[in-house]
Amino acid sequence: MIAEWIGKIGNFTLTLLIVTAYGLFMTAFIERIIAKVQGRIGIPYWQPVINILKNFFKRTAVSHGYMFYLGPVFRIAGGIGTLAFIPVIYGSETFSNFSMAGDLFLVIYFMFFGQLGMALGAGESGHPYSAIGIARGLSQMTAYEVPFALAVISIVIQYDTLSITEIVAAQQGGWENWTVFTNWVATLAAMLAFLGMTGYSPFDIFLAPQEIPIGPPTEFHSAYLSFMSLNRALFGATKLVLFMNLFFGGATGLLELMIKTWLIYMVAIVIGVSFPRFRVDQAIRFFFKIPTLIGIMSIVYAQMMLTS
Amino acid sequence: MIKSLSTEDTLENAGLTEEEQQLFCNARPKQYEPYPIKAVEDFANWARANSLWILAFGTGCGAIELRPLMTARFDANRFGVAGRPTPRQSSVFVIGGYASVKTLKRIIRSYEQMQGPKFVIALGICPVNGGMYFDSYNTINQFDMYLPVDLYITGCMPRPEVLVAGIVELQKKIKQGRCDGANRYIENFDWYKANQKKVIKNWDMPDYNW
Repeated sequence: MIAEWIGKIGNFTLTLLIVTAYGLFMTAFIERIIAKVQGRIGIPYWQPVINILKNFFKRTAVSHGYMFYLGPVFRIAGGIGTLAFIPVIYGSETFSNFSMAGDLFLVIYFMFFGQLGMALGAGESGHPYSAIGIARGLSQMTAYEVPFALAVISIVIQYDTLSITEIVAAQQGGWENWTVFTNWVATLAAMLAFLGMTGYSPFDIFLAPQEIPIGPPTEFHSAYLSFMSLNRALFGATKLVLFMNLFFGGATGLLELMIKTWLIYMVAIVIGVSFPRFRVDQAIRFFFKIPTLIGIMSIVYAQMMLTS
Repeated sequence: MIKSLSTEDTLENAGLTEEEQQLFCNARPKQYEPYPIKAVEDFANWARANSLWILAFGTGCGAIELRPLMTARFDANRFGVAGRPTPRQSSVFVIGGYASVKTLKRIIRSYEQMQGPKFVIALGICPVNGGMYFDSYNTINQFDMYLPVDLYITGCMPRPEVLVAGIVELQKKIKQGRCDGANRYIENFDWYKANQKKVIKNWDMPDYNW
């Protein structure tokens, strides 16, 4: 029993390392694609790793209280927790993690948990820009969670299970079994929610990178920041894996995983480089209108067409 | 958060009212030794040199030379340079030309909030000897008297190419471990503070902005 658990934890650590490294590489790769669109060369491939190392090697750090320490810890706990219950590669003993019955609910909860911990930590720093960033981020998150939750309910009705492994198993045997083809309404709602989740344009107002309010992490620096950027890479890759599992048939090998997740990410990037930014009230109104309606339609569709 | 320290470690914060003194930390900053193992310090310096985050704070006319760095023509991203809007996360402060006394106060506040090791690039001739503002009533002449400078780029104004060359030069200096401006500031803290207080008459901030 103990040996089995040690093996499982070892496997999970390996998955964690691979997914984090993949997330970091993907960040640089996407940055370079955006740079090419803008006619630049862009950052080197190892730049995200150097940034994390540099922040880790900073000589000083200022604290604002206990919650300020816990913010990045909660954040990375949310990232690791989300990954822990998602099977990364279908049918592989090493990469199936702690997947079990009902893990879909747990994963959605964990995705929320990191954001809330971050909000508490950034709130403790007392910087007004942090508070503005949190207010914008949390309201946008509330808005995009609605179509995403509706889409998830729809595919739960469709496959009659709450286990991600079983959802992936039901999609095996050819591309025509993927959710994107069997339940395209739910996939559409979830992909619109995905645009809000990734935080690229047009839904990047809460982060506003490179501008005066940088969003919630305004006061985070040194090792806190390196933890947070590590989590950003991990959490980004984890979300891609979740979407691939739920809507695009999962992956049976590492190469398939990379191609599929890259293509899913490119949806957000192509829309991101093409469209300007929404204000936060416009973004919320957008999510509550069309994607939410599509989400409700997807439940009706699943109930009437797919289960009868 | 107020830290209780022995008297030689505390700063007076005489510029603040009694109520405000309760709100600010009064600890005296300390020097930081390099890592005991040389290979680790070299590796850390390599990481620091290849990830220079510039504080997005335009302090003079030279600030206009910082903007083109991110465009397709100069593309400073290649060297790991990025703009950072918050002093907490940035590591390079580019003094863009002349510094008026009013701006100097904000420069000091921002510089002290940056986390070490931090580097200062003085752009243009004005921080060296005052330049064309040498006899101005509200502009300081020699910037080195108020904050430690790691690299000077002279000219009026230097073009973005020179700034890119200066950044590459700064990277070389950091890799050799010769950029210890932050430690020099702490070492001669009282001298720098006396100079700063001589020109800034309305000193209404803590002696060190943690």
